[in-house]
Amino acid sequence: MAKEPKSKSGAKVKKSLADQIIDVIIYVVLGLVALSTVLPFLYVIAGSFATDKELTEKAFFIIPEVWSLNAYKYAINTANILRGLRNSIFLTALGTFMCMLFSLTFAYPLSKPDFRGKNWIMNMVIVTMLFSGGMIPSYLVITAYGLRDTWWALVLPALINPFNMIIIKKFFSDLPRELDEASYMDGATDLQVFTRVALPLSKPVIASISLFYGVGFWNDYFNAMIYLKTPEKYPIQIQLRSIILLTSQINEMAMDYYDMNGAPPDKAVKMACTVIATMPILIVYPFVQKYFTKGVMVGAVKG
Amino acid sequence: MAKTKKQKGYVTLSDGTTVKINRKSTWAYMVQHKWLYFLLLPGFLYFILFRYVPMGGLVIAFKNYSPFLSIWGSPWCGFDNFTRFFDTPDFWKLFKNTLGISMLQLFLFFPAPIILSLFLNEVRHSGYKRVVQTLVYIPHFVSWVIVASLTYQLFNVTDGIVNIIIEAITGSTVDVLSKSSNFWGLIVGQVIWKETGYGTIIFLAALAGVDQEMYEAARVDGAGRWRLMWHITLPAIKGTIIMMLIMRVGGLLNTGYEQIFLMRNDLNVSAAEVFDTYIYTRGIEQGQYSFSSAAGMFKSLVGMIMVLTADRVAKWMGESGLY
Repeated sequence: MAKEPKSKSGAKVKKSLADQIIDVIIYVVLGLVALSTVLPFLYVIAGSFATDKELTEKAFFIIPEVWSLNAYKYAINTANILRGLRNSIFLTALGTFMCMLFSLTFAYPLSKPDFRGKNWIMNMVIVTMLFSGGMIPSYLVITAYGLRDTWWALVLPALINPFNMIIIKKFFSDLPRELDEASYMDGATDLQVFTRVALPLSKPVIASISLFYGVGFWNDYFNAMIYLKTPEKYPIQIQLRSIILLTSQINEMAMDYYDMNGAPPDKAVKMACTVIATMPILIVYPFVQKYFTKGVMVGAVKG
Repeated sequence: MAKTKKQKGYVTLSDGTTVKINRKSTWAYMVQHKWLYFLLLPGFLYFILFRYVPMGGLVIAFKNYSPFLSIWGSPWCGFDNFTRFFDTPDFWKLFKNTLGISMLQLFLFFPAPIILSLFLNEVRHSGYKRVVQTLVYIPHFVSWVIVASLTYQLFNVTDGIVNIIIEAITGSTVDVLSKSSNFWGLIVGQVIWKETGYGTIIFLAALAGVDQEMYEAARVDGAGRWRLMWHITLPAIKGTIIMMLIMRVGGLLNTGYEQIFLMRNDLNVSAAEVFDTYIYTRGIEQGQYSFSSAAGMFKSLVGMIMVLTADRVAKWMGESGLY
């Protein structure tokens, strides 16, 4: 982090020595903040590829001396991590698609300035932002609908997030109206204007809101824990939690491996599982980063 | 819906066709725009089935609900569940823990994104700024399970790297994970690590709107770094700060139960029991549905009152408010 703070544009107005020192401090502090956010990830990634010997001998390293895939082999073979990964991918895809379908169709009519019943519907939405039934009545209702132990119990109650819906609505209402009117002149129906004019123009908001919904489904632990009973349906977050926290369980599962390969690579396996559960987010993140800042800003304009 | 029609009926728009639509009755409008109502329908049903039906389910807070008698068959019991909840010694413990964690967050976490934004705003090297921003946003997108796993792996007393370092310096380990006296700090520390970076977006957005020439002009007039910050930067984000503060105060009873649930264990539970975890334990684990619904309803009501009050205060202070 020995970045030279002096930049070309800063030379316009001459800086005092004190100012330059403050500049250096700012760059160093920011570097340390950034480092503190990535260091835990780097440490865990390095540890997941290391041998157990190195992990017990060395307290800290970012690049392992001897690379090993044992932890991953073990995690994939014994810890049900692949099943969790598959479930999570499916759940995230299904959930995000359903959420976008419901949120986009609901937001579109409300974005029309002259839509009859708009105030009435918006009040209905705002009430739910202020007050909710809470955990227990929701649990009982979802149980009564017969959704327990199905993925629908995680998807259906989350279909429309009011904040996200308002962001989409704002985006729709900012679209140029001339395009709508031209299509109406050509005899297009509202449905055709929605699918052929509004949606193709809304890629940025679709990308950022999909990211918000998708991250929500991928990261969800609590609802899965409450509603899912069959281990075959568990998403990766539940698998990960049980691997990390219930050490005794992993040792039990490790018995087969133990006989074949000596001591189970307990620490490295935990790290490997953490990496497997984090990777999809880190892979998608760079591609959607430019969209989500926009999404947050639009949301901030009218919270 | 008739009300809407009255308000909107005589809006004159420049466009001829729209005016014609506006003169029509609501029914004619609905027929002409049947597709819009068709699009609205799924979401409308969602709000009824998954938002309003559970709200109606709150009647069980006033009943002695038993799964065998169904919601409507169970006998009424007035405010019994509420008085029972307020009378338990648990209530004050929950109150103390919830408010303790929230207040600590208010004082330690709330200023963090503002300070980080001010730092980022001072950086002239755009590449460096972008790299820092990209990195500090990442933890927001990671699940609480991952944050909990990282915390366990870094802080545990047997082989956690943080404790190895602490032991090397001070000679003794610090049990962050299972000591109740450390729990509030642990929770707030995790929130600071996870959300500070992402929290800067909204302030940086406000700062992006500041005319750079104002800085130049002030600098030519001889204003130093501190005066620029005090007279240009801070006024630019004042409204955003107040808005975020109001939202924070409104959500004072929401401590985020997934995180607390994941970090709670038998050893630190005395500092870790908050309203949300209590409702979960009493309701879903022990099946005391009516009692825990009453506790949940109390929490929701207090939350709603606080949001509305905070909103009023914001408007009174001349800010735009939230609703």
